Amino acid sequence: MSKPKVATASLAGCFGCHMSVLDIDERILKLIELVDFDKSPVDDIKEFTGRCAVGLIEGGCANEENVRVLQDFRRHCDVLISVGDCATMGGIPAMRNNIPLKECLDEAYLNGPTVYNPSGIIPNDKEIPLCLDKVYPCHEVVKIDYHMPGCPPSADTIWQTLVALLTNKPVDLPYELIKYD
Amino acid sequence: MSVNLTSAIKEICKFCGNDRTRMMDIVRAVQQQFGQVSDEAMNYIAKCVNCHRVEVESVVSFYVFLSKKQKGGVVIRLCNDVVDKMSGSEVVAEAFEKELGIKFGQTTPDGKITLEYAPCIGMCDQSPAALFNDEIITYLSTDKVKEVVADIKKHYDPSKLKHRLGDGHNADELVHSCVHNNIRNKGRVIFAEFKPEAGLKNALAMSSVEVINEVKNARLRGRGGAGFPTGMKWQFTRGAAGEKKYIICNADEGEPGTFKDRVLLTERADMLFEGMTIGGYAIGADEGILYLRGEYAYLRKFLEKVLADRRSRNLLGKDILGKKGFNFDVRIQMGAGAYICGEETSLISSCEGLRGDPKTRPPFPAQKGYLGKPTSVNNVETLCCVPRVLEMGAAWFVEVGSAGSPSTKLLSVSGDCKQPGVYEIPFGVKVSELLKMVGAEDAQALLIGGPSGQIVGSADFQRTICYDDLATGGAVVVFGPERDMVAVAADYMEFFVEESCGYCTPCRAGNVLLKKYLDKILTGCGEPEDLDILQKLGESVKITSRCGLGQTSPNPVLTTLKNFRKSYETKVKKTTNGMQPTFDIRKAVKGAETIAKRDSVIFVK
Repeated sequence: MSKPKVATASLAGCFGCHMSVLDIDERILKLIELVDFDKSPVDDIKEFTGRCAVGLIEGGCANEENVRVLQDFRRHCDVLISVGDCATMGGIPAMRNNIPLKECLDEAYLNGPTVYNPSGIIPNDKEIPLCLDKVYPCHEVVKIDYHMPGCPPSADTIWQTLVALLTNKPVDLPYELIKYD
Repeated sequence: MSVNLTSAIKEICKFCGNDRTRMMDIVRAVQQQFGQVSDEAMNYIAKCVNCHRVEVESVVSFYVFLSKKQKGGVVIRLCNDVVDKMSGSEVVAEAFEKELGIKFGQTTPDGKITLEYAPCIGMCDQSPAALFNDEIITYLSTDKVKEVVADIKKHYDPSKLKHRLGDGHNADELVHSCVHNNIRNKGRVIFAEFKPEAGLKNALAMSSVEVINEVKNARLRGRGGAGFPTGMKWQFTRGAAGEKKYIICNADEGEPGTFKDRVLLTERADMLFEGMTIGGYAIGADEGILYLRGEYAYLRKFLEKVLADRRSRNLLGKDILGKKGFNFDVRIQMGAGAYICGEETSLISSCEGLRGDPKTRPPFPAQKGYLGKPTSVNNVETLCCVPRVLEMGAAWFVEVGSAGSPSTKLLSVSGDCKQPGVYEIPFGVKVSELLKMVGAEDAQALLIGGPSGQIVGSADFQRTICYDDLATGGAVVVFGPERDMVAVAADYMEFFVEESCGYCTPCRAGNVLLKKYLDKILTGCGEPEDLDILQKLGESVKITSRCGLGQTSPNPVLTTLKNFRKSYETKVKKTTNGMQPTFDIRKAVKGAETIAKRDSVIFVK
């Protein structure tokens, strides 16, 4: 029987949650025994090759490309998990949510104290995805099955969650892994 | 800072004894005179009463009738309660915007008129209604808006607005209001002929303990909704440690759909003050406070005159009616537009010149209330019952009503019925009988006890109105067969979102979430599991909130979920593609498309 497949993506995140995945250290060898990776920055597969058992999403949706990827994940994954605070709540990128988009762009490309932009152009190529009106947590765009808090969630949290899901055990994390104060 | 402002504030603070516990009166007066309580004003008030500026600002920012920003000399507040909406306040709102050329929340360019919404102003029986500063204009229509706006633009003085006068004391020169009493049914206790002073004289012939016993024997329970036995409350207050005690009348009638206290304050003011005096005698208080909601400011002058008359007749003051050593007087404390202040501990906070935050109980007000002294807070209607109990005796009082709920109750009936108004009915009346009485036999639903009460359907129309079955503080709103009960629940949730004081998270955030899920369902994006979420969320908010507001605010949702489940179920549908139906990519990229002057290439239209 072929191994179940796992896919991952980093949307509007900092890749810190992916780093945390790598923090499982030598257990990654065990993980490879359990699963194959499909679309993921880990193996650089760009598009889905088939149906996946689990999808891990880091980051919320800040632009239309994030939405496209997230919807694609929802269509291909049986279980979809929001990993980390940006995916579950918008996180740091969502700090722009109370500021109009135009002001954000002006600050980033024209008015910011460290900006050097003599041409005064705000990048606008159709290759560059359009920003959304605000940063959305993943569950406001698609249905999410599990939310994993943390910035980032620890390697142990990610590991235990994945192993439980892949071995059909209940996701029953000890208190130490989900408390953050 | 202008000399004008400093001298005025100095004067106002001096008038209030430079006493920071009179902050409500101070900031209200400043607001009235200057149309705002500016940063400068707050600094100077703090200096005058020797407190921190933040103590002033916390009050100014809490109450809707107070504002840091400059408002027009005339502030028009259109009531947007559910009942007003049912009687067409939305077209009236459009008419106001059109006639004034501004949107709600704005002030005319000449700075003279501000247009705002207000939650229930206690005029549901003559809705749509609006406040023009303290003046009330009822039965608004698009034509009437045209007239009244043209009129106000002539003089910008609401007291000069032309209108017909209402009945009874509404026509008194000190009230001079177009409000109608709409008393539809007179019972034997409140609206029957009563002999002024008879109850007070009987009380003063008895000892305080005997008065309390008489009230206990009459099994008088709080008429504001909670139904706590009045005699027991008085006994606790009397027995509490300390010489100085207070009795407060809660006239902050803010529960949407309630207006019976308005009628009592208009037509039974003497009876009310007599009740307070008897209460003062019973608990050993020499000071009473009438906490009058800001929306009823139009009654203030009249009530002050009633008090002055009573003082001149030795019904208030020193050695009342010759009873040596019994001194008692009443002052009026104005509110400033905050529903939460109807909750007794918030009301006490407000009287103390603070934000209307509820206090932690225990200690209960009977032990530690106003300024830390034992205080009894009683509803207007409760206090109006007291002189009758003392006049006619407890045995007479319990003759009517049901076993657990003796005597009569005032109901404020409005909504889809032929005869909205105030009904004095004996406790134990069946809902179906009431519906017949008010001309609403085709009713689909009934809100009993205001939005913090419950919304019942025809299955419950054989139940009775009393403390042991369908309890109510007096609000009864009728909904006809064509009303959408989910939309009604959403409207009431909007009210609670607005009125939550924000102190505790379950109420501050929970009500917002409840409203969000209702809106999701109403816009056709609802899914079956949303009903379970609503149920669980509602229960959590009820259990975990700090005061009565959050403990009851989910009721419109929970009772409609129970009694009008079909209405919810027909609006939700299961989604199968895993996408969130509320997410609208077009709306989400619209702003960026406008800025970039190009359409999305990923999500092609």
